[in-house]
Amino acid sequence: MAEFLQQVVSGLASGAIYASLALALVLIYRATDVINFSQGEMATFTTYVAWSLMNHGVAYWPAFVLTLAIAFLGGVAVERVVIRPVEHRPEIVIVIVTIGMLIAINGLTGWIWGADVKSFDSPFPNTTHDIAGVTVSTRDLGTMGVCLVTVVALWTFFRFTTLGLALRASAVNPQASRLLGVRVGWMLALGWGLAAVLGAVAGMMAAPTIFLDPSMMLIVLIYAFASAVLGGIDSPIGAVVGGLLLGVIVNVLGAYVVPAELRLPTALAILLLVLVIRPQGLFGHLAVQRV
Amino acid sequence: MPLLELRNVEARYGPIKALHGVSLTLDEGEIVALLGANGAGKTTTLRAISGAVRKTGEIAFDGRSIAQRSTERVAQLGVGHVPEGRGLFAELSVWDNLRMGAYVRGERKTFKQEAPRVLGYFPWLEARKYQQAGTLSGGEQQMLSLARALVSRPRLLMLDEPSLGLAPTVVQELFAIVKQLNADEGLSVLVVEQNANIALDASARAYVLEVGKIAVEGTSAELRRHEGVRRSYLGY
Amino acid sequence: MNPYALSALKVAFFAAAAGLVAVLPRHMGEFRLSQFTFVAIYFIALLGLNILTGYNGQISLGHGAFMMVGAYVSAVLSLGRPGLEALLFEPPDWLPLGDGLRPIFTLPVAGLITGVVGLLFGLPALRLAGVSLALATFAVAVSLPQLAKWARLEDLPGGGGGLVLNLPTTPFGWDISTRHWLYYEAWVTAGILFLAAWLLVRGRVGRAWRAIRDGEIAAAASGVSPAAYKTFAFGVSSFYAGVAGALLAIEVSYVNPDTFPLSLSILLLASVVVGGLGSLSGVIFGALLLEFLPIYAQDPPFTDSALSKQAPGVVFGVLLILIMFLIPGGAAGLLRRATAAFVRRLRRPPELPASSTTR
Repeated sequence: MAEFLQQVVSGLASGAIYASLALALVLIYRATDVINFSQGEMATFTTYVAWSLMNHGVAYWPAFVLTLAIAFLGGVAVERVVIRPVEHRPEIVIVIVTIGMLIAINGLTGWIWGADVKSFDSPFPNTTHDIAGVTVSTRDLGTMGVCLVTVVALWTFFRFTTLGLALRASAVNPQASRLLGVRVGWMLALGWGLAAVLGAVAGMMAAPTIFLDPSMMLIVLIYAFASAVLGGIDSPIGAVVGGLLLGVIVNVLGAYVVPAELRLPTALAILLLVLVIRPQGLFGHLAVQRV
Repeated sequence: MPLLELRNVEARYGPIKALHGVSLTLDEGEIVALLGANGAGKTTTLRAISGAVRKTGEIAFDGRSIAQRSTERVAQLGVGHVPEGRGLFAELSVWDNLRMGAYVRGERKTFKQEAPRVLGYFPWLEARKYQQAGTLSGGEQQMLSLARALVSRPRLLMLDEPSLGLAPTVVQELFAIVKQLNADEGLSVLVVEQNANIALDASARAYVLEVGKIAVEGTSAELRRHEGVRRSYLGY
Repeated sequence: MNPYALSALKVAFFAAAAGLVAVLPRHMGEFRLSQFTFVAIYFIALLGLNILTGYNGQISLGHGAFMMVGAYVSAVLSLGRPGLEALLFEPPDWLPLGDGLRPIFTLPVAGLITGVVGLLFGLPALRLAGVSLALATFAVAVSLPQLAKWARLEDLPGGGGGLVLNLPTTPFGWDISTRHWLYYEAWVTAGILFLAAWLLVRGRVGRAWRAIRDGEIAAAASGVSPAAYKTFAFGVSSFYAGVAGALLAIEVSYVNPDTFPLSLSILLLASVVVGGLGSLSGVIFGALLLEFLPIYAQDPPFTDSALSKQAPGVVFGVLLILIMFLIPGGAAGLLRRATAAFVRRLRRPPELPASSTTR
């Protein structure tokens, strides 16, 4: 039982990372109506930025905060420069553009920092705690804590600030928002910026365990896809719940039922199953077919 | 000087011309109705004023040219546009919808100031504040959309077919509130309607649009007596 | 535009292309030749992907995985009973396997089996539009290689982490090397499949596909069954991917899951877009790009500097985005415009300035 709970806790820690990236995907899906296939590569890029900062002697937490700021600006810039020109084009065009970014950013990361695997510091000590007979690592707790703080901060922003309200309004009904004086274009850019911040958090939390390499977030991105779909692709709460749930399911199944190589296919099987049986996921809304 | 003046405004959707040179004026404190059949260009006229459609010609609001301004900038100048289909944020609460009305003038302060005034006209909104806007009835949604536009204290209110799909009693109630607002606050209103009867009742002057052109104009009383208007739009 | 002039240009273009393919082997070494065999293989895979994405509007990020299915089918069949034994442990006696088929005969089987896999996948995929479909195929592209690894397909006979095949010999006692034979085999297959795709796309089925792409509801309203045609498009597309995968297995005489990584699937989609969605002849540009861009972007010609190994990715990605911005028709769209302008000029007295502007 204690061992099982241990698996659950470490599943929650990975789940928190999936949840952060899934939330990023959902943010962009709600704002732009498209899945950003480059979300993982954007996260990887910013994690490398953090690595560079620390390599130049910046301490962890200042580097962390600075990276988030850079990620935000980068996300805004990506929306303005790359997405804006195709904003009103068919979905397939925007998807292809984000796939183009996936390829380009992946290459750029390798070009700048090299393709070799690098280690990335964790701000948390490699110790364990004994909580009611369950051994819990400080890293897992710290990862969960950081992701939780980020998600709560974001929720507060959306719930209690005027800008957050305007962002939600723009996502729901851009035309009406414009009539009320909202500069919807910048709201979209803001959404992309926030998504990039979430991605950066996910990247920096994942890197100590999976190590830094230009493709490191591809696998995390796939888990995040599955999480977002599981929770409902248009539901922020769904993304968080879906991420945590998927983290636990995959970890527990991986420990007791399926071999480790099949963790990823398991997540993908869940993704396919949800898409086919319940496309709106746990918390999402069923998309109405546009005529 | 009129509050709003359109001179020879033309607009097109791709190759299809929707407005063939529309000119109209609206004075401060006036209710003006814009009548016409489906596809006559009524909605396009409002969208042209709001900067939501490409056009040529001159549009002046309060003496300033707004023909080249973006939708957001037009809203900032004090044009409240209650669009066709109400334009509510269906997934947001009634309260959040109202708050968005104040966005253009600094949400927090404006909302605190203006909410009591608006709730005076729509007292029932307070009890429904946490309800999702999409779950309101059609009439309630139209009222909410109107209330939201009022929160920004617009200098000009533009209503696009407010009566569409509503029961006659609700329509009466809605126009009663608009007239009340006009009387209390001197609110200027440009209302687009297919229901000519009720619109002529509420307005001082009216224009009739036919295939993208102003066909008839005059005071509402004159238009009621106008042979063609009577036949085509009033049905007697 | 004058339709005859355009048709004549088209015929001339294809005759020239076929001629070029035929004489190319005389002027290059075996290594370079093998690269052009790859161009043919990619050409086939991209034809299939373009049928699905360009003509039917369904995004697939999983075509690398479908190629893998074709490659394994071909490999196992050409290894014969031992190959199947390694996979199924005990193949039933009635299967006429013997010591394996000649690789070329495995092509149609690989295509058909992959096509059926695609059909089966297409059935649930029907419920998914746009982004969801992209996600689902993405899932397949990632899972299939993983599953293959788990099933230890890579440990099949031959060892060394993959399935090793024998390089086929040139048949009929022809006096050409095996590489040359494989080159012709690939290009003749590509030619046949190009013709088949052309016939399919310009016929009734193609019209239905395009109608669905341009508006599923309207298509359904005019009596076209989106479900049936979309599934069929998946099947046809997978058939092409299967044949391409089989040819790839034969050419490299080796199959393992890492031959078909996720990046292959992604680059296939990118190449189809670069070549031109909804243009069969544009596919050739995509195929050339997919084969040669990684080589030349790393070591740009006419300069001394060798760029990073990552440079091709950057070039590919940026190219993809720019094409979406500027020329959504891809290389084929660009060519079509140029041809149109050229044909117009032929028909017009040169001293008159062109009055009608073209975009």
